Amino acid sequence: MAHPQQPGADAPPVIEMLGIVKRFPGVVANDGIDLVVLRGEIHALLGENGAGKSTLMNVLFGLYRPDEGVIRVDGKPAAFAGPRQAVGAGLGMVHQHFMLIPRFSVTENVILGAEGNSTLHLDRDAAEQTVGALAEEYGLRVDPRAKLADLPVGMQQRVEILRALYQGSRTLILDEPTALLTPQEVDELYAVLHRLREGGGTIIFITHKLREVAAISDRVTVIRRGKTVGTRITKETTAPELAELMVGREVILRVERPPASPGEPVLVAENLVVTGSRGEPALRGLDLTLRRGEILGICGVEGNGQTELVETLAGLRRPDSGRVRLKDQDVTGQDPIALRRAGLSYIPEDRHNRGLVLDFPLTENVLLGNTEAAAFSRGWRILRGALDAITRRLMRVFDVRAPSPQTHARALSGGNQQKLIIARELHREPDALLAAQPTRGVDVGAIEFVHRQLVRERDQGRGVLLISFDLDEILDLSDRILVLFGGRIVGEFVSGRVSRTELGLRMGGRGEEERGGVAVAD
Amino acid sequence: MDDFFSFDLLTATLRFSAPLIFAAMGGLLCERAGVMNIALEGFMLVGAFAAAAGTYYAETPFAGLVAGMAAAMLAATIHAFWCVTLRGDQIVAGTAINLLGVGIPAFLLQRIWGTPGGSPQVERLPGIGAGLNVLVPVALVLVPIVHYVVYQTRAGLRIQAAGEHPRAAASVGIDVVRYRYACVIASGALAGLGGAYLSIGDLSQYTNNMAAGRGFIAIAAVIFGNWTPFGTLGATLLFGAAQATRVQVQALGLNVAPDLIGALPYLLTLIVITGLVRRSDPPAGLGKHATAE
Repeated sequence: MAHPQQPGADAPPVIEMLGIVKRFPGVVANDGIDLVVLRGEIHALLGENGAGKSTLMNVLFGLYRPDEGVIRVDGKPAAFAGPRQAVGAGLGMVHQHFMLIPRFSVTENVILGAEGNSTLHLDRDAAEQTVGALAEEYGLRVDPRAKLADLPVGMQQRVEILRALYQGSRTLILDEPTALLTPQEVDELYAVLHRLREGGGTIIFITHKLREVAAISDRVTVIRRGKTVGTRITKETTAPELAELMVGREVILRVERPPASPGEPVLVAENLVVTGSRGEPALRGLDLTLRRGEILGICGVEGNGQTELVETLAGLRRPDSGRVRLKDQDVTGQDPIALRRAGLSYIPEDRHNRGLVLDFPLTENVLLGNTEAAAFSRGWRILRGALDAITRRLMRVFDVRAPSPQTHARALSGGNQQKLIIARELHREPDALLAAQPTRGVDVGAIEFVHRQLVRERDQGRGVLLISFDLDEILDLSDRILVLFGGRIVGEFVSGRVSRTELGLRMGGRGEEERGGVAVAD
Repeated sequence: MDDFFSFDLLTATLRFSAPLIFAAMGGLLCERAGVMNIALEGFMLVGAFAAAAGTYYAETPFAGLVAGMAAAMLAATIHAFWCVTLRGDQIVAGTAINLLGVGIPAFLLQRIWGTPGGSPQVERLPGIGAGLNVLVPVALVLVPIVHYVVYQTRAGLRIQAAGEHPRAAASVGIDVVRYRYACVIASGALAGLGGAYLSIGDLSQYTNNMAAGRGFIAIAAVIFGNWTPFGTLGATLLFGAAQATRVQVQALGLNVAPDLIGALPYLLTLIVITGLVRRSDPPAGLGKHATAE
């Protein structure tokens, strides 16, 4: 077994990127980045969203030409004209958003662009055998004949890895590879990566999650605002040190969360049955009760009814049957405006399509859904001055960093966009808050802020329903945790008295047979 | 009723379907590569005119055939340049080509022969009996060829990739632009053949606007056929049969509104694309570009 910290002493680093500078009009995306990756190691590249990780990889793959800096691959100067050449030099990319074709088979996806034989005819049988053998060799269990669209996300990712290996890559770059995986799938991915490393492969693991750095990497390079701020041997560093390097100041990784004092129910769903967009049953008799003064976390793997649940509670989708009560009103099937009037606020999971109008200024985004509020309008007239003043105040209180209230939402970073939505929704002082993926794609600094806001809302007696695919977020914030699987709640746990493993098993559908009595973990 | 379901009805169906098959196979290739093609009508018109003009000057319909294909390929190159290289709007480009397809032949008719409505009579492509010309079997053979190319060749896999997910295709080094150009130009060649079929196969002259919407019907056939070659063939035969039936009904003086029969396939197409009958499944990358800019 190759020991990661001691690669062949004579071997040059697989990748050396020294003093990389890449400027775009108005932005310096990479401002002097050094990254040295040794053969046979798993090297984490840690940085917040927008720190310059993707730009750096695009520079490496020849999609961008660096303005300054030196790139060496295996000790030889390298300036690739495009991904093709980078692949030829043994680099392989596993994209965050898979570059795969759903309608193709596994084999077709793997061989695409390098179909092997030189004849006109496509020999599928031979290709399937080759791909099957390769999958076997690396322990990447996947049926080469399966249609990609039929595979779960974790398997699709294996197809991407398999493709990189098929193309002859010895150095794999994985861009935020755990974003869409269940905890169990993450473990399987780690196992695959370890196996690859033992086989002499090198891995660059791009992430913004500290937990993953500790779990998988041998060394870690941290970048902040386009600059390398440090490279550490993972075993010799700590999460707080890495967080501080990454953010540039001390970060409170765990939210201060005094015990909750739940009050009366504020949002109740009874036996909800909802059909999904493709006509499939999405919720099959779901019950939940959200109380004032608590954060109720709903965890589960994407696609188990989360979207439909949120949309139903927000009034965007009508349930086939079942009831929704908000305070003492029956609000089943009412539209979003009625729900907002009744005291519901909603942080949507898709801030670009649902949360904001990107080409509107911040003021008008603050106004969205609030046109009836007396503070903003008189009769049919919008009070521009008041709107401007309130927007300024919200920007200050919620730390939305933008040049002016007239800036278009599109120009803001993801974190600032999210803070703007939260500002708008909390300004309404709701009774119940639906927070769907409130920190998806948001940097660490903003995550900390959002989490603090949610806890503050809880402490002010509001009910907060938190739906997230990020198990850490659920565990950190929730007072109670419900596990959503196959459109039903399959487990209820009291926070702090349940392990990740237990939740992970439930999220994967295990323990479903115990249904009937709600399983409360000890 | 014996008269009705006759050998004549079958041959008439083939006669009406053949030009649709050419244009639809072209449209299918183009759309499978991810470029919307509402310009088939224009390609057909340009092809029809050039075929008549080529036959007139070279005095052989085979030269006309080549001229028709070449002219439509030129029009298709313009379409590709606009849609692929300049990333222009594919609907606007197609509309412009269609308008040019009406206008340029009309203009040239006037300039060359001084006749506003149509070209002089030219020699026709040879027939194979039963009122069918040599292009009819060519059209029928074309379908399995397109099927083979799309599903059983490396090029076909790449064409599909370019049409399904151009960024993914580009990420594995496929030159999406090149494949798209090739497919758009091939669609010009095929639609041009369809046009030549009209002017020097079925008739023996070019008349103004003689495609009469067949290019659009071909698009409908591609959609109806769910972007598969044999499905599309079925749709063109259905449309051709409706056309043949309409003529038959008129000829026999039956008490059925012939226009209604003629319109039925299109109503059916509308129903099909609403998704009531089955899910319409177009290439996922239709109209999308390989790089975001």
